[in-house]
Amino acid sequence: MSAKFALAGGGPGAGGSPSPAAETPEKANAFFRRRTVAVVAAGLVFIAVNALSGVYVGFDFLGALMDIPSGFAWMAVEFVPTVESFEKLDAILPALGSTILVSVAASCLAAVIAYVFAVLGSRSVGLGGPIPLIVRGIASLFRNIPTVAWAFILLFSFKQSDFTGFLALFLTSFGYLVRCFLENIDELAAGPVEALRASGASYGAIITQAVIPLSITSVISWVLYMIETNIRDATLVGILTGTGIGFVFDIYYKSFRYDVAGLVLLGIIIVVIACEMTSNYVRRKIM
Amino acid sequence: MNQKRETLLALSGVAKSYDGKTRALGGEEGINLEIGKGEFVSIIGPSGAGKSTLLRCVNRLIDPSEGTVTFDGADITKVRGRELRQVRRRISMVFQHYNLVYRASSIENVLQGRLGYKSALAGLLGLYTEEEKRTAFEVLAEVGLADFAYTRTDQLSGGQKQRVGIARALVQDPLLILADEPIASLDPASSRNVMDHLRRVANERSIAVLVNLHQVDFAIEYSDRIVGLKKGEVVFNGSPYALNRATIENIYGSSDAVPPSLSGVAVA
Repeated sequence: MSAKFALAGGGPGAGGSPSPAAETPEKANAFFRRRTVAVVAAGLVFIAVNALSGVYVGFDFLGALMDIPSGFAWMAVEFVPTVESFEKLDAILPALGSTILVSVAASCLAAVIAYVFAVLGSRSVGLGGPIPLIVRGIASLFRNIPTVAWAFILLFSFKQSDFTGFLALFLTSFGYLVRCFLENIDELAAGPVEALRASGASYGAIITQAVIPLSITSVISWVLYMIETNIRDATLVGILTGTGIGFVFDIYYKSFRYDVAGLVLLGIIIVVIACEMTSNYVRRKIM
Repeated sequence: MNQKRETLLALSGVAKSYDGKTRALGGEEGINLEIGKGEFVSIIGPSGAGKSTLLRCVNRLIDPSEGTVTFDGADITKVRGRELRQVRRRISMVFQHYNLVYRASSIENVLQGRLGYKSALAGLLGLYTEEEKRTAFEVLAEVGLADFAYTRTDQLSGGQKQRVGIARALVQDPLLILADEPIASLDPASSRNVMDHLRRVANERSIAVLVNLHQVDFAIEYSDRIVGLKKGEVVFNGSPYALNRATIENIYGSSDAVPPSLSGVAVA
């Protein structure tokens, strides 16, 4: 008698041919045992890789752990803004403002151009042929070179200026947004695009009447996220290009005015949090 | 039900191959099929039999690899650009997943059925005439959605969405409606309602309806003619009354698809 193991249920008329021996308890047990072994093995490999790489670079895990409290204590004392550091607010605020504006400008321009690329390169409304592949290639290239690396490269051509920072942020944002928009358009608009195409609508009408209305909210959502990210990245880029809030931070950091540097960090944190809250609010409103 | 109708759509030797070797549609000699004006024809057959491909070869969302498609007296197999758009606006399409712009209201979705008639600029800006708006409201009322004109379509039930889809098809003033599994995602009551609307437009407006169906019982109940498709080939083409248990078993390769009404007869 072949004991039937009611795992999948099968149900009446599901093919009508029960596969013999496929559902015996022995088979089921073996299957679950194999899965447990696989999970445990994956866990052990993970720990082993960590331990080995730690040994390889001579990382003293315990020592590092011990250093953490004193390290943070020093930070807490040195980087706390004092009353005097607030005198430098005149220098900090305009720089912070220009950093925000450069980030917003880079994100918005990148979004507009990325959207055009995404539409033309999408599978559902794109131009077809090799275009989708080319667009994905370009986007991937821009995205996978880190913003900081872009800044280094662009410094040669455009020197230390706001424009260099803008361009570095713009290029990464562009690459990143093209990818997001591409997935978005194909996911949201494929059906309605087919419907409008079937009704004889022109290409332009399909874009303005179906693709844009369907994707606009997620586009806005992505742009807000990009602005947040860019404000954070702009600090680092600013150190390299000698502009914006990054430059101000760099000056005070290098002249040992850690209290002012701390104030700069505080300013950046406040701006990023405010930006996050704004974008959350906008997202809730438009969804 | 056998009165002679004027031919509206004729497929002759139509075949589609995606890889250049095996035919997804058409088999040995291709699909030969005629649809009369105002005729209600169902295509039944298992998944992968080529039903969707066949429908899309008619309005050229898919280009047939071989054969000719004649619609309203003109060969449309090779038409392109503006000419193709002009053909398409007389052939509406209704989809399983409704394919509506969910962020827009019912009335906006219905009006989009007019985009095929628009100039480039009017289409781009979505500008519709007063006449078009009136018609759009009328057809919405016709499918029982007068109260939902300004409702965003993502707020509607499945059956209501599909009726918006039918209204969008109707404002095109079509000669033919292609319906691709229009009730596959709907509950029985909504399915019946949607099929009633499709049947009604065939009767009242003499619009031909070509509908892909999984539900054999619905096909038998609503159609003037049924086409059975199996592995890309027409294996049955005739009146619902001629469709018997053996034929359905042949089409689906299993007795599971035979509706209870028919299997009861066969058993007795």
